[in-house]
Amino acid sequence: MNGNSIFKSRMAKREALEGLLFAAPLLLGLLIFTLYPVLDSLYISFTKYNIFTPPEFIGLQNYRNLVNDSLFWQSLRITTIYSVISVPLQLVAGFAVALLMNQKVRGITIFRTIYYLPSVVSGVAVSLLWVWIFNPDYGLANVMLRAAHLPTQKWLTDPRTALGSFIFMSLWGIGGGMIIYLAGLQGVPQHLYESASMDGANIYQKFRHVTLPMMTPVIFYNLVMGIIGSFQVFTQAFVMTSGGPANATLFYVLYLFRQAFNYFRMGYASAMAWVLFAIILALTLLVLKSSSAWVYYEGERKR
Amino acid sequence: MTHTRRVRIELTFKFIIYLILCAGSIIFLLPFLWMVSTSLKPASQVMVYPPRWIPHPIMWINYIKGWTTLPFTLYLENTCIITFSVIAGTLFTASLAAYSFSRLRWPGRDIVFVITLATLMLPSQVTMIPVFLMFRDVGWLDTFKPLTVGAWLGGGAVNIFLIRQFMMTIPVELEEAARLDGCSTFGIYWRIVMPQLKTCLAVVAIFTFLATWNDFMGPLIYLTTPDKYTLALGLQFFQGHYGVTMHYLMAVSLIVMAPCLLLFFLAQKLFVTGIALVGIKG
Repeated sequence: MNGNSIFKSRMAKREALEGLLFAAPLLLGLLIFTLYPVLDSLYISFTKYNIFTPPEFIGLQNYRNLVNDSLFWQSLRITTIYSVISVPLQLVAGFAVALLMNQKVRGITIFRTIYYLPSVVSGVAVSLLWVWIFNPDYGLANVMLRAAHLPTQKWLTDPRTALGSFIFMSLWGIGGGMIIYLAGLQGVPQHLYESASMDGANIYQKFRHVTLPMMTPVIFYNLVMGIIGSFQVFTQAFVMTSGGPANATLFYVLYLFRQAFNYFRMGYASAMAWVLFAIILALTLLVLKSSSAWVYYEGERKR
Repeated sequence: MTHTRRVRIELTFKFIIYLILCAGSIIFLLPFLWMVSTSLKPASQVMVYPPRWIPHPIMWINYIKGWTTLPFTLYLENTCIITFSVIAGTLFTASLAAYSFSRLRWPGRDIVFVITLATLMLPSQVTMIPVFLMFRDVGWLDTFKPLTVGAWLGGGAVNIFLIRQFMMTIPVELEEAARLDGCSTFGIYWRIVMPQLKTCLAVVAIFTFLATWNDFMGPLIYLTTPDKYTLALGLQFFQGHYGVTMHYLMAVSLIVMAPCLLLFFLAQKLFVTGIALVGIKG
């Protein structure tokens, strides 16, 4: 071994040490906030644990209880309905608005600002705003309906319309998805449109055979993110309806939160969390699996 | 002839797009206008039909009265402390990790990177309960620590990924030259790489700000003493407060939203590039 290679191996050792040092906060974080809690959560889900007395191992009992819990099924049903309706609606509406924005119209940046604006605010303040908008007597929603001579609604106060109100409200936030589509649209190479024009393609054909295929990776991304987000709705439900009326807006995470921090049934809540994880994982894999059939990646850009 | 016809068709087309965009803008802005209008009304004009869009007289005092009904200034301080700490921690430790992933070679690096990305798939509800119990065992319940310490330990997989992707586009020549001049690794990271990441770090800071400022579930779980409430928690408490009516609620909600809206107007370009970055690279 000559001096040069000894020097090199010493350098490599030094680099490895520094690499670990730089990553140390992350490594610590992964251990403390991910790896250990994941294992602990799995264990807790097999126990009866009210946080005041030590956990008691009960095997699969929590999962068996879930099957017989009508509120669990209600929360799962509500959340699924919300997801199945609001995610595609947001996808289509966001994409449509992005297509309009992509036209060369004067003042487009102003429009972009306005449509995106609702997406920068979220949480309690927005939820309170919508409670007031949905007020059956004096709220903006019914003011508009009356102005259009349409029958007014009870919105959040009627079990039949409460969930629909949440879906309606979610459409106010399509700006986030819209911006992502817009970035994607602006990345479609212009020469594809030019050669399509030369082949005599009309607007619809250009959309169908150039825009849409080129946008499928972005649609895919928004779809996955939309599904994951829709299964984790919490703040709106907590602030606006606390799950009511008649459990019509008892979203899954709201019910989980109640089990954990109102009833202190940590084992049961952990079991619910694992079921949620399984659902999200299954849906994501399903979309991922289907993606080979409809998501188009340019050869060289394929990851 | 055909040329003028085509121009005319194009103009009509643009006009229709314009109309749709304008109509949509009104719909998207109405909730905000409704909020502003309500927040400036005298109590007697809040619950009336048909609504009076421009209140008379305009009650600026609602903002002061609403704000001082609860110790919102204190909640603002708490929120600022938490948000500042989370942003600082995220920028520092996420960029450290990103630097380690993109510039340094160490055994197991690629596996750790994959694990880091995999945590994106894990819903926070899975780890929520054990983490809560952990913080209880070290006696940190009802302090700000559970809300900030995570940011100082990695700062989130998305941010690490984003910064790493951005770092990959920076040429390494400058760093190599600095190394030859005897600069330490930390010196290179801090004095050569970080200044080149300004745009990327600004994007991360903005989105971290919005997420932390608006976070509700975290403070709801960990903060119990009213003195420690954040704005989000205070607002929720305000809603259930006796005698609080809509004009006060809307006024305070608007103040809480204001920094987010202001930030958006000031840094609009960063928002757009940032979202494009997340959307396309993610």
